Amino acid sequence: MNNQVLIVVLFLAVVALTLGITIWASRQNRSAADYYAGGRSFSGFQNGLAIGGDYMSAASFLGISGSIALYGYDGFLYSIGFLVAWLVALLLVAELLRNSGRYTMADQLAYRMKQVPVRSAAALSTIVVSIFYLLAQMVGAGSLVSLLLGVDSPALKNTVIAVVGLLMIIYVTFGGMKGTTWVQIVKAVLLMVGSLLISLLVLAKFGFNLSALLGAAAERSGKGEAFLQPGQLYGRDLVGQFDFLSLGLALVLGTAGLPHILIRFYTTPTAKAARKSVLWAIGLIGSFYLMTLVLGFGAAALVETGQGSPVATSAGNVASPLLAEAVGGGEGSLGGSVLLALISAVAFATILAVVAGLTLTSATSVAHDLYATVWKKGQVTEKQEVRTARVAAIVIGVVAIALAIPAQSLNIAFLVALAFATAASANLPTLIYNLFWRRFNTRGACWSIYGGLIASVGLVLFSPVVSGGPRSLIPSVDFAWFPLNNPGLVSIPIGFLCGYLGTLLGGREAGEDRYTELQVRSLTGAGAEKAVQH
Amino acid sequence: MSDPLPGTGERYAALAARPEFTELRRRYLRFVVPATITFMAWYVLYVACNNWARGFMNQQVVGHVNVAVVFGLLQFVSTFGIAVLYARYSTRRLDPLAEQLNQEFESDGGTGREVRR
Repeated sequence: MNNQVLIVVLFLAVVALTLGITIWASRQNRSAADYYAGGRSFSGFQNGLAIGGDYMSAASFLGISGSIALYGYDGFLYSIGFLVAWLVALLLVAELLRNSGRYTMADQLAYRMKQVPVRSAAALSTIVVSIFYLLAQMVGAGSLVSLLLGVDSPALKNTVIAVVGLLMIIYVTFGGMKGTTWVQIVKAVLLMVGSLLISLLVLAKFGFNLSALLGAAAERSGKGEAFLQPGQLYGRDLVGQFDFLSLGLALVLGTAGLPHILIRFYTTPTAKAARKSVLWAIGLIGSFYLMTLVLGFGAAALVETGQGSPVATSAGNVASPLLAEAVGGGEGSLGGSVLLALISAVAFATILAVVAGLTLTSATSVAHDLYATVWKKGQVTEKQEVRTARVAAIVIGVVAIALAIPAQSLNIAFLVALAFATAASANLPTLIYNLFWRRFNTRGACWSIYGGLIASVGLVLFSPVVSGGPRSLIPSVDFAWFPLNNPGLVSIPIGFLCGYLGTLLGGREAGEDRYTELQVRSLTGAGAEKAVQH
Repeated sequence: MSDPLPGTGERYAALAARPEFTELRRRYLRFVVPATITFMAWYVLYVACNNWARGFMNQQVVGHVNVAVVFGLLQFVSTFGIAVLYARYSTRRLDPLAEQLNQEFESDGGTGREVRR
């Protein structure tokens, strides 16, 4: 009971801190650039922290270390794809996008194409990807909080989902990008400090010897050296091997197409600062994933992970919090309780920061792409646009709560992987073509977005994830003709192919001249949006 | 996006015609194209080895540390390495040209359209 009181107190402290930030930020928001892009005034380091805060979701914090605790080496594979992916963002996307866009992913396409069709397509894929990701986080929040409090009741889970939804609406409606960014910065610092503390305590137990830690984990797992080798989770047969390849591609190509990551590049004053922010993000995210390796194998070595244990029944999600308790002195000890509560609060802050970023991204796209351009044809004032974004944030929040409550049976890792696969299939081909292919045109952009979107979501619908297997959503029926769980291997090439064919069939358009402009602007920053001077 | 100020198109075209711009574009592509091919091939090789070269991956290197773990950690090293190389390359070889062209554009009338107060 003591544990629970401490956890609740720290949860409330996180809520109070983040609400305080939001109130402060709401007083600073004046223009659309303030609301959507935090006035473009965040330094490279600040934005790098915020990117880390946006990216290191509860799925990666608790999910990856939990996966390592249960499946050993294979649990580590997710984090490598998640990290290498940042090179795509660094080399091909971040600076060019910062120089050529304003608030949304669609801005960069609309630079040289027909506004209405490309903005509609880009807004749809932004919202679809963000909602998948949002559902994953909210479903995770429900089960996580109930696990941490040790109360397994559907009512509590629903309440947590509703409270998280309400908080994210408040952050986004009042705080805008400035508030959301600071929430993410605070969360990133808490997460890094918390993980570092636990990692050091774990390493100290093994005399800072990685081999000793791995050996202890392998021994306690009962699987011996096989626990440290590939094959516990992925690639058991030929289909499994291609499934793993597919997942690997989706992870590495999806990041640079995630809309909530893309709009973070707009919050810096220059492209050079955007580059610095990605460099910081790579450093932070990379060190964090190295620490999850220690946390995961540490949990395997120090916490009970056998059948029926809390770690196993929670699919690994409580491995890190229970590890914190173990290295703090064990169950019932003061140190153990404090560390357990601390890591639980970090996990809670993580969820809040990520959902806020996703809601803001969707609301921005609704207001800036759909309302201002598609519906009102640009005949709106900044005030009207920002007001629409606030209303959209409320609507998206309510929809997300309504969807998350019945979606609780869905596997979180599956939802995240689907978001990555969709981003890699629909958004990345479009962004790459637009930046590097002169002939690319409106039809090509629409085809690659819709084609990638339909292929990724459609293939999942006909995969073993949805039907036909014992672990499917609908196990009783079988309409699964697509063998892989992750669609990336097929849907990413489809996205690229659709963009190519659409362009060839679309004919030449006047926008081709604007390609020269787009190139000059994206490479030199000439005429790029500047920071707001208060 | 609203149309930029009149005459901006010509000013972009003028910049595009400059030899400095051609050089900037060439330098940018000369780094990112080979770097992207390298890290993607290196990553796909790692994924493929996990699937199809288990015997190789399972060999022990030091104590309980096997090739698979080392290969995984090398992905971290290569990611950090390419990021640092790009940071140095862009600061030395790209930024001076980009800044020069950008300044010419600005002194030519500037289009900072963001609201300023």
